[in-house]
Amino acid sequence: MESATATGGLLGRGARSHRQYERRLGVSMVAPSLIVIALVAAYPIGYAIWLSLNEYSVRTPGLSRWVGLGNYIDAVTSSGFWSDTFTTVAFTAISVSLELVIGLGMALAMHAAFKGRGLLRTVVLVPWAILTVVTAITWRTIFEPNLGLAPVMLDKLGLPGGDVVWLGESGYAFAVMVFADVWKTAPFMALLLLAGLQVIPDDLYDAAKVDGASTWQRFQRVTLPLLRPAILVALIFRTLDALRIFDLPFILTNGANGTTTLSLASYQQLTQDRLIGEGSALAVLTFIIVMSVSFLYIRFVGGNIRALTEET
Amino acid sequence: MTGEAVERAPGAARAEREEVRVKVRRPRRRWVRPLLLWIAVALIIVFCLFPFYWLVNVSLKSGADLAKADLLPPSPTLDNYESIFKNSDFTSALRNSAIVTGVTTALALTIGSFAAYALARLRFPLKFLILGIILSISTFPPIAIAAPIFKLWTDIGLYDTRIGLIIPYLSFALPLCVFILTSFFKEIPKELEEAALIDGATHFQAFRKVVLPLAAPGLVTAGLLTAIFVWNEFLLAVTLTSSSSARTVPAAIAFFTGSQQFEIPLGTISAASVVITVPIVAAVVIFQKRIVAGLTAGAVKG
Repeated sequence: MESATATGGLLGRGARSHRQYERRLGVSMVAPSLIVIALVAAYPIGYAIWLSLNEYSVRTPGLSRWVGLGNYIDAVTSSGFWSDTFTTVAFTAISVSLELVIGLGMALAMHAAFKGRGLLRTVVLVPWAILTVVTAITWRTIFEPNLGLAPVMLDKLGLPGGDVVWLGESGYAFAVMVFADVWKTAPFMALLLLAGLQVIPDDLYDAAKVDGASTWQRFQRVTLPLLRPAILVALIFRTLDALRIFDLPFILTNGANGTTTLSLASYQQLTQDRLIGEGSALAVLTFIIVMSVSFLYIRFVGGNIRALTEET
Repeated sequence: MTGEAVERAPGAARAEREEVRVKVRRPRRRWVRPLLLWIAVALIIVFCLFPFYWLVNVSLKSGADLAKADLLPPSPTLDNYESIFKNSDFTSALRNSAIVTGVTTALALTIGSFAAYALARLRFPLKFLILGIILSISTFPPIAIAAPIFKLWTDIGLYDTRIGLIIPYLSFALPLCVFILTSFFKEIPKELEEAALIDGATHFQAFRKVVLPLAAPGLVTAGLLTAIFVWNEFLLAVTLTSSSSARTVPAAIAFFTGSQQFEIPLGTISAASVVITVPIVAAVVIFQKRIVAGLTAGAVKG
């Protein structure tokens, strides 16, 4: 017993220096990641805010003057900002809800199909894996006036829309953008929801069946409530992505015909019009909108983060 | 069901009657559901694969065939593929993409696995906050950092270089890597490392020799998702490059098209799109399980 306490004391001192070593090692292992992130994310955001508070001469590079919130006031009072915000929000709302409905349908079908679930998962990953730029090119090809698949088929079937230049008319162009996004990301949604479906225990369905619940009732009373966490995470993920959308309108229309989103508007001001102050103000506004949604996300996965970092 | 009925029935006539009854009552349930399911499965397959098939179809057409919406190319040709591989803008973009993707993925896995191990295993202060900060970066809109980085890069000479792309990609890829790897490291039994520590290994040795090899599937998952993200990235690629010395494929294809909407070289663009999509689709087919595991890592446990 005595010797045990003695070694315990020795270990105690060893453990303290070990703790210090562990601490130092921990901090130095995390440091590279934090430095890269601080350098390329935190610092530029600060710089973007600084840029947005100044006005820059288009003619003389390097000449600038402090305008405070002037750029923001200009942005908020311009009609362009509001229509771009409307486009972005409408695009997000419409495509994310379509993705949820289609993705849920796909997930349920995949969950029910025992044979070939692996094959289906692979198939479903294809749209997700295809580059957004290629997605945009694909849909532009399909809606190519006169010779694209969509106008030709619509024409053959005698449906309206065959003689429309889809990407050349507002409303239609917006619809193509939604189609393309839904095609690319509904399968991703399906995968997230399928993962959620797979953790619902079968006993619950059996019990509901024994109690005489119909298929619809089982879906409504068992599946939906238990799938809620997965649905919420998928919705937040997708909302964050959709609010930042840039590639699709850039390739499809370059923002023509009511498809300019906030990211694209900011890009155009920065590059084409060389309005660094105004463009930065738009970028910061986009940042604020996206980050307020992502707060929801962090709050929601907060428990998850805690579980990953807590000592076991 | 019917087989059972036949066996149980003493007389053949009764068996037939029973079979008839069974047939009348059961058939709807028996095949309607599977049929509906197969229709749904077929729809999913068509929905997911057809648009890409259409692109492949267009890429195999040339000349007048391009002006017709045939489901199969009437006279398939590889002309478009030949011409894009002769186009130096495209081939140098392919090289840039490969280099930028490879280097970013390797760096992200190295730096990210350090951070992930520390977060999963070591005791030090502010861990929750650190992981929270790292994760919140993944939600940053890239447009918000595009202008400042553009200005900064022009000042210090990193504009239109591959390194100028790798650095910001790294910061966007790290959150994903750290998150996936942390959850993988958490699942490795602690006893294995403790055994190594008792044998006199340092924490870092235990990490390198015991944890990393065991977390290989996690590294594959994180590496694949990072590579796909970098290969796909567009906004920073168009903002931070201006020539074929650093421009990656997505940006190159976008400028390939030019801004004139009515002069699109449909065939060659489709061929280029197919070429850059094939590696990713191949990765998806081979590593389906790993990728799905990575994508859903955040969703299920939440």
